[in-house]
Amino acid sequence: MIYLDNAATSFPKPAETIDRLNDFVKNVGGNPGRSGHTLSLEAARIIFEAREKLTSLLGMKHSERLIFTQNGTESLNMALLGFLEAGNHVVTTSIEHNSVMRPLEFLRRSRGITYTAVPCCSEGFVDLDGLKRALTHNTKAVVINHGSNVTGAVQPLAEIRNIVGRTCLIVDACQTIGSTAIDLEAAGADIVCFSCHKSLFAIQGVGALYVRDGIELTPLKFGGTGSRSESIEQPVFLPDRYECGTPNTPGIASLLGGLSFIEKEGIARISRKKQALRARLVDGLRQTPGVRIYGHRSKSPESYLAIVSFNIDGMLSSDVGYELNRRSLFVRIGLHCSPVAHQTIGTLPAGALRASPGYFTREADIDTFVEAVREIAGK
Amino acid sequence: MPENKFVLLFNTIHDVLRMEKILKQRGISHEVIPVPRALSSDCGMSIMLYTDVDSFIGYLGSIEVVAIYEFDGQEYVPFTIGKLN
Repeated sequence: MIYLDNAATSFPKPAETIDRLNDFVKNVGGNPGRSGHTLSLEAARIIFEAREKLTSLLGMKHSERLIFTQNGTESLNMALLGFLEAGNHVVTTSIEHNSVMRPLEFLRRSRGITYTAVPCCSEGFVDLDGLKRALTHNTKAVVINHGSNVTGAVQPLAEIRNIVGRTCLIVDACQTIGSTAIDLEAAGADIVCFSCHKSLFAIQGVGALYVRDGIELTPLKFGGTGSRSESIEQPVFLPDRYECGTPNTPGIASLLGGLSFIEKEGIARISRKKQALRARLVDGLRQTPGVRIYGHRSKSPESYLAIVSFNIDGMLSSDVGYELNRRSLFVRIGLHCSPVAHQTIGTLPAGALRASPGYFTREADIDTFVEAVREIAGK
Repeated sequence: MPENKFVLLFNTIHDVLRMEKILKQRGISHEVIPVPRALSSDCGMSIMLYTDVDSFIGYLGSIEVVAIYEFDGQEYVPFTIGKLN
């Protein structure tokens, strides 16, 4: 079995993830910070430690501004629905995921916001001049997919920050967090949204967002926080303002394991290893007759993640995916929840295959995969 | 002379644990306890300090302490930071 769908969910997980998860479910189990007993306190300490570690991984300082959610989609919904009001204009790009496009479209219809999707080149890099031109006097936010889940293109955040000036910069870092060495503090992101089950090695069901000091969001959810319980009003202090109801503590415990693993290995090493796998995959597919790769062409390696979309001429991606699956080679097929991105690279509505190696992928796995693609393409 | 204790109340468990981290690092004797019902109907946690005020007050830093009470084993007496000066 060769798993090349790490851009959806990383698999397998490091031992640290599984150990922490196991330990929580077996030995801790309490409801965090609410009940006043030792197990409740222990659960709260796990969340606290994960929050502190994650904040520092982002290069940010105030851990109370790191909010846990269920996934990257919930984080983006919190940011967009909590920040945008009637009459606001938003600038985004034509490489976004539906977790940005659908909330924006909902807000357009329900609150009367407007948005401009700045074109990207066929590799998925945003046109920076176009971005500059799209900004208007009432642009409230710029929303950028930092690393494309379709082409692996990594946008130049620092340059984008310069262009957008003081406008709020909301970054979808689902694919880049834990994968590349990024200092989001230095890059000047105002709100960073991401999931934790990809390159942060948590189990599914954990996401987060970091909201920079000075930015206020209207909460999406209201309810019990274990604090100010005598009041029927949602607390104003963080993180309680944006976190209510019982959190996914087992998931956050697994995240703590994932973060320890990342700390041990080092982001630089993780990034180098994935770059090498990406290069091997791109080279192999490029030398395979009939294979068309989307992107990974014009820029230096660090401008791409280990996410490679491709098609075989004359074949449907679903048929190729079926053949690969029969050989126990697991990739993702279709539109990857990103119709605008596929429009940008010219694969709408047919879609593409997407191979995304992870930290535990071996070079031999890439070779086996490329050989299978060659065989299928040669049929 | 009986040793006095101090109860520190915070907005959120996050702040309680930030304080706990600092106290642990500094080796200051303390315990995380449920908020005494005599002080608040909050269902959260607070910190009981087994030390005198001088040894912790400098570490509060950016952590917002909602209230401090001095506890002699029977009664909680509101304690204001101003008393230090």
